[in-house]
Amino acid sequence: MIKTDILIIGAGPTGLFAVFEAGLLQLRCHIIDALPQPGGQLAEIYPKKPIYDIPGFPEVLAGELVDNLMAQIEPFQPGFTLGERAETIEKQEDGTFVVTTSEGTRHQAPVVAIAGGLGSFEPRKPLLKNLEFYEGRGLTYMIRDPEVYRGKEVVIAGGGDSALDWSIFLADIAGGVTLVHRRNEFRGALDSVEKVQVLKDCGKIRLLTPAEVVHLEGKDKLEAVVVRRSAEPSEDIRIETDAFVPLFGLSPKLGPISNWGLEIEKNAIKVDNTLDYQTNIPGIYAIGDVNTYPGKLKLILCGFHEATLMCQSAYQRIYPDKKYVMKYTTVGGIHGFDGSRKEAPKAVIRTID
Amino acid sequence: MSDIQITITDRHGEVHRVTAPTDMNMNLMELVKVYELAPEGTIGVCGGIAMCASCQCYVKSGHPLPEKSDEEEAMLSEAFYVETSSRLGCQIHLTKGLDGLEVELAPEGS
Repeated sequence: MIKTDILIIGAGPTGLFAVFEAGLLQLRCHIIDALPQPGGQLAEIYPKKPIYDIPGFPEVLAGELVDNLMAQIEPFQPGFTLGERAETIEKQEDGTFVVTTSEGTRHQAPVVAIAGGLGSFEPRKPLLKNLEFYEGRGLTYMIRDPEVYRGKEVVIAGGGDSALDWSIFLADIAGGVTLVHRRNEFRGALDSVEKVQVLKDCGKIRLLTPAEVVHLEGKDKLEAVVVRRSAEPSEDIRIETDAFVPLFGLSPKLGPISNWGLEIEKNAIKVDNTLDYQTNIPGIYAIGDVNTYPGKLKLILCGFHEATLMCQSAYQRIYPDKKYVMKYTTVGGIHGFDGSRKEAPKAVIRTID
Repeated sequence: MSDIQITITDRHGEVHRVTAPTDMNMNLMELVKVYELAPEGTIGVCGGIAMCASCQCYVKSGHPLPEKSDEEEAMLSEAFYVETSSRLGCQIHLTKGLDGLEVELAPEGS
């Protein structure tokens, strides 16, 4: 059981910044996120896009903002459970909550802050007959352990970074890699596109474009996929394969959180915006894009503010008897849980003769 | 007045005739959100940067539309339920020339 003060669900900018504000109050945090890396939408959907409305940053790339937030919260040593989706929540007799993930990891905390954005990212599934039947029987949407594919035949579909990156990675491991994409153009990083070009030229990746997987075959498990090329739609190619990995990106779904007994309105969690962004269940807060209240704006800067007020309320909840005075970082500096200290250098006072 | 009329068929087949401003730098995805013709969280997921296909729609009238950018083209090539008339709503800016435009929202999960 992982124990912490504030259990944060969602490692997007709001969840990450909450760690900082909690740290100033000497509260420890642990973050759960369904994605394998921190950053939420910023890392998953648009890491290379510039953002112009972060106060103090005339322009910052989404990926850079995540890196900066990770550096900012480092002294407060947050724990991470990544690549696992928060599934259930149970209130304990002592008033704390136990949150269990899709992989069965259990977390306990007196305060839960849901910073889930638009929800957890689920793979976008192609429209193929019998798709569900082959899931886990040769068909997968996420490669967790590449070693599984050693010496095997693999067909990958998609035209983005993950399709390119996995094709490159598996070219050295798998028995054979076929990459199928609907267009000749790929929209991955230029470097990856060039690598695939090289691997194709030396015969390590079979490239089928513009083409689409139109059919799956196999009795008990996936045995072959049928690929239709736009140029010759009447002559489909049957490829015998051990694995088919469609990589068409991810899309967010509110998911299990919607069954937690929280008041939901318009796919978002209703909170008390006059005070502390608490939900209808005391001790559970919702901050950032995942919440709603009159006048709500889904902006990163609003999430930062909400995270800050949530932490103050969480502190009161955890230490009801303690008096707390908010301290400016310019005055109090930062005292990390790792023993690190940051503070303003003392001004030197000298007399002028 | 710089308002125009747009006809939008929602994902349940219901037809809505809505008034759209042309002086607010608004796009078709945002218009659908303003009128709440699709539930929050099921449209405009990426915010309007052609990085998801949640605002995909089929253009049913013959209005001249701006050419697809490389990004829109790439996104549509990875989307589902794509037809030749498919466009991303977030890439269609509402201008006077689009008065009378008719579109239908593509199914959720596209």
